[in-house]
Amino acid sequence: MAATASSTGTVEPKYWLGGIEPLKASYGKLMMWFFLISDTFTFSGLLIAYGLVRFSFPAFTGTPDEFVFSNLYWPIPEKVYEAVPFMHGVSLPLVFVGIMTFILIFSSVTMVLAVEAGHRRDRVNVEKYMLWTILGGLTFIGCQAWEWAHFIHGTDEGSVIREFVNGQWVERTIFGANLVENQYGPPAFADFFFFITGFHGTHVTSGIVLNILIYYRTATGFYERRGHYEMVEKVGLYWHFVDLVWVFVFTFFYLV
Amino acid sequence: MANVHAHDESNDGGVAQRKVIWKTFWILLILTALEFLIAFTMDHGILKITIFILMTFVKAFYIVGEFMHLKHEVKTLIWSIVLPILFIVWLLIALIYEGGAIFDALWQ
Repeated sequence: MAATASSTGTVEPKYWLGGIEPLKASYGKLMMWFFLISDTFTFSGLLIAYGLVRFSFPAFTGTPDEFVFSNLYWPIPEKVYEAVPFMHGVSLPLVFVGIMTFILIFSSVTMVLAVEAGHRRDRVNVEKYMLWTILGGLTFIGCQAWEWAHFIHGTDEGSVIREFVNGQWVERTIFGANLVENQYGPPAFADFFFFITGFHGTHVTSGIVLNILIYYRTATGFYERRGHYEMVEKVGLYWHFVDLVWVFVFTFFYLV
Repeated sequence: MANVHAHDESNDGGVAQRKVIWKTFWILLILTALEFLIAFTMDHGILKITIFILMTFVKAFYIVGEFMHLKHEVKTLIWSIVLPILFIVWLLIALIYEGGAIFDALWQ
C-alpha cells in the first residue's frame, strides 16, 4: 500500500510536502510582511523614544498666541512648521506638511491602482500608475528636502538663548537647528526631527528606486513574459507601509 | 501557473475593486482634513490627543486593510501581523511612564 506512483501530476497535494502556499500567500509576499513587521518595530522605537523625551521635558503652558521659542520647554509643532515655499514670512501652520501628506496618500492610491491593473495583466495601466507613483514619491522627497533646508536655516529673527558658559550666563542668538543646537526648542526636538523624518525619507527614497525598477521591468515586458505581476504587489506592500508610517509621524510629530 | 491569484476577483474587469480603492482614498482624505480642522479649533488637551490617536488608527486600518489587502488575507496571516503590535503597546506604556518619571526627577 506504500507503493504509490508519484511521478504523475495527479498526486494529491499534502500540507507539509510542498506545493501549497502557507497562509495562502506566496513566499515573497509573506517575507515582505515579516520584514514590514520588523520595520514597524524600528519606527515604533523611534517614535516612542520621542514620546519618552517629550514627556521628560516641561510642556508650554500658555495659550498658543503667546508662544515663543525657548529651549526650556517643548515647542508646539504648529509654531515650528508654519512655512510654505514662495510664501516667505506668512504664517501658515502645518499647511506644507498637509500638502506632503496628501501627496503621499495619493501616491499610495496610484500604487494600489497599479497592483489592481497587474491582476488583470493590463500592462499599459501598470506602467501609467507606476509613473504616477514614482512622481508622487519624488515630489514628496523634494518637499521634505525643502522642509529640512528651512528647518536648518531657521527663521529671520532667530531665537535668543541663555547659556551657562565658563561660570557666567551669556545670551546669544541662534538661527535654525542642527544636532547640537536648536532655535525652536530643546536640541533633542531637532534631533528627533532629523532622525524620524530622515529615516522615513530614506524609506521613501529606496521605495522610489524599487518603483523605478518595477516600472522598468513592466515597460520591458518582463512581467508579461513571466505571466504575472506579483512583484508590483510586493513592492506595493512596501510603498503602502511607507505611507502608513507617515500617517503616524504626521500625528505624533506634527499634530499632538 | 504556480502563482494563480486567488483574489476575490469577479469578472467585471476590476471595476468593483477600483471602486473600493477610491472610496478608501476619500475616507483617508476626509479624515486628514478633519484632523486639520480639529488641530486649529480645539483646545489642547487629553481629549484632543485621544481623538487624533483614534483617527490615526482608523486611517491605519484602512491603509493596511484595503491598500495592503490584509483584510482579505487568511485569518492566521492577519493575526501573525497584528499580534506582534502588542509588544509596541507595551513599550509605549513603559517608556511614556518612564518619561514622566524623568520629568519628575529633573524638573520637580
